[in-house]
Amino acid sequence: MKKLLLASTLLAAMTGSAMAAGDEVKIGVLLGYTGPIESLTPDMAASAELAFKEASDSGLLLGGKRIVPVRADSTCVDSAAATAAAERLISSEGIAAIMGADCSGVTGAVANNVAVPNGVIMISPSATSPGLSSIKDNGFFFRTSPSDARQGQVLADVLKSRGIREVAVTYTNNDYGKGLADSFGSAFKVGGGKISITAAHEDGKADYSAEVGALSAAGSKYLAVFGYLDQGGKGIIQASLDSGAFENFVLADGMIGDSLIQAIGKDLTGAVGTIAGARSKGASTYEAMAAKAGIKKDGPYVGESYDAGALIALAMQAAGSANRAAIQSKIMMVANAPGEKIMPGEIAKGLKILSSGGDIDYVGATNVEFNEIGEVLGTFKEVEVKGGKFETIKIH
Amino acid sequence: MTDVFNAIILLSNFVIVPGLTYGSQLALGALGITLVYGILRFANFAHGDLMAFGTMVAVLITWWLQSMGVSFGPLPTALLALPVAIAVTIAMALFTDKAVYKFYRKKRSAPAVFVIASIGVMFVLNGIVRFIIGPNDQRFSDGERFIIKARAFKQITGLNEGLAIKVSQGLTIGITFLLVGAPFWFLQRTRTGKAMRAYSDNEDLALLSGIDPERVVMVTWIIAAALATIAGTLYGLDKSFKPFTYFQLLLPLFAAAIVGGIGNPLGAILGGFVVAFSEVGITYAYKKFLGYLVPESWEPDGLLQFLSTDYKFAVSFIILVLVLLIRPTGILKGRVI
Repeated sequence: MKKLLLASTLLAAMTGSAMAAGDEVKIGVLLGYTGPIESLTPDMAASAELAFKEASDSGLLLGGKRIVPVRADSTCVDSAAATAAAERLISSEGIAAIMGADCSGVTGAVANNVAVPNGVIMISPSATSPGLSSIKDNGFFFRTSPSDARQGQVLADVLKSRGIREVAVTYTNNDYGKGLADSFGSAFKVGGGKISITAAHEDGKADYSAEVGALSAAGSKYLAVFGYLDQGGKGIIQASLDSGAFENFVLADGMIGDSLIQAIGKDLTGAVGTIAGARSKGASTYEAMAAKAGIKKDGPYVGESYDAGALIALAMQAAGSANRAAIQSKIMMVANAPGEKIMPGEIAKGLKILSSGGDIDYVGATNVEFNEIGEVLGTFKEVEVKGGKFETIKIH
Repeated sequence: MTDVFNAIILLSNFVIVPGLTYGSQLALGALGITLVYGILRFANFAHGDLMAFGTMVAVLITWWLQSMGVSFGPLPTALLALPVAIAVTIAMALFTDKAVYKFYRKKRSAPAVFVIASIGVMFVLNGIVRFIIGPNDQRFSDGERFIIKARAFKQITGLNEGLAIKVSQGLTIGITFLLVGAPFWFLQRTRTGKAMRAYSDNEDLALLSGIDPERVVMVTWIIAAALATIAGTLYGLDKSFKPFTYFQLLLPLFAAAIVGGIGNPLGAILGGFVVAFSEVGITYAYKKFLGYLVPESWEPDGLLQFLSTDYKFAVSFIILVLVLLIRPTGILKGRVI
């Protein structure tokens, strides 16, 4: 058995080297293999490479070409290092496209300084900063994880559909809370709503009655709390109920969890909120594949990484070449409807349809659908507190 | 006329009742600080953490009582735990005195040395509390939560605005009013109290008249520790128990003691309420309140909030600086720091 394995490996190696460089397509996998998220990136890279392998092994990609992933270190935090790594990928490795980068800061730097000027597409699996929505990318930057701004929009839509026209907003004083309060505020105002007051709160205080007093003075009936359920957010809700200042609450994802209901009790009934999630059909298929390949299936952004890799392979097939600009022109077509739906593990099927001139709609592990600026919208659950637990009302 | 009532109730709910409660808690704490300052002649920085220590003991005993199925009807079980907690805290205070302050007293060290030593004690107490109960929020209140709920108040009175009074708020204000008289009676009427005042005025002279200084010191610590435990437990019942917030209380406590005139017990009580009402009053937004009182066309657009609630702690600082600049002896004449 061992011998057979060795022999086949040898054979594979020989055929590999026998194939000329012309039969290979290099794709950059630019992730932070060192730095703050170094524990997550090996699984993310392995997921993207799983998609590449699937495309290569089918033998259908551009008439039998193989994808060779080239890893480069984005460091997650050091923009200069990430930019240099991307330069190397493009000029000396000659890659056709970039899967990455990971953290929002370095992703923006690489997109602005290297990828877009050189006309190379980037598909980031994990950069979620709202700021990346407005970079001048000429259509070369995509992401398979939703922007943080998206939840603000969804929450504003939920309130609008429930006829809530005026709210007071309090947020935990950090980037998450501030960003969410900003995106919710602008989306709610565009929809005709009114924000009576927006005030930050600090976590870890003993008493929030003064904060609640100021919030209630603005005169709204609804209080939107963008904080943490075991921190200041809980304190704000408790103090609101104690003083009778608010009885109706709107909650963001950081506030949604059963411990909040346990702490507050039945007074929380009727509170509405949104939380990212809603597992797609493709997710479980992908998890089985990942487990087989030895990838941590519930790690963050692994499904998004697989989808980013698959999209690059499929777009290449649709373009009929590994030309950088040609790949860019086909991403939207393979990712979005109309067309045959492609689930994870069905890359070969997608390649086949594309080679015969058909159209596909890649669904993948995370229900990919890009908007006009190349970002996925993601799915959010609308939840309401009913009978002592958070019940899902609707999927957005 | 109902508008006037609405305005009064609104202000009571968000300013007066919370202010009275917080003021009471500060007054009890500041009383301990001022007593130690007046008699032992140093600013005890460990007082906030002595409060945390006392409250921690009360919390642990409350949990034990709760696990035994003991309760105190509508009142919080912590009240039953309080006497034991006070005893343990007194023991702790006397132990630190024996272990630390006595040495410097023998050497007749300068007050600054005592202050630095008390900072050391503060860190040790800080560590002990975190080591035993952890740095997180602990809940230990039980029994009824409210004397009257906002919604019930609205239904009874038919007003727009509700007034909520928590049991913990009622207890805090009630216990404080019962307790604040006790130190005065003790200092003015009892033999030991008179001895303490004599010791405070002139240590050597007191010694000559046959007053035992160690006894005076001991009684001072007993009173200070008892007040600290009661203030801390009431604060914890009303808000929540978290060691760090007790450390932060040190600033408003000292502000209260200094504003009132440090070393003067009446001043500490007055100072507690001055600081509490400044903090609550300056950070409250008066828009709705004025909305009830003035004609609609005059109604202000802004929130009428002098300072954002983020700056609550700054209020204590400002008061402290102003008092030290303008009237270093405090409102009621205390000692000059």
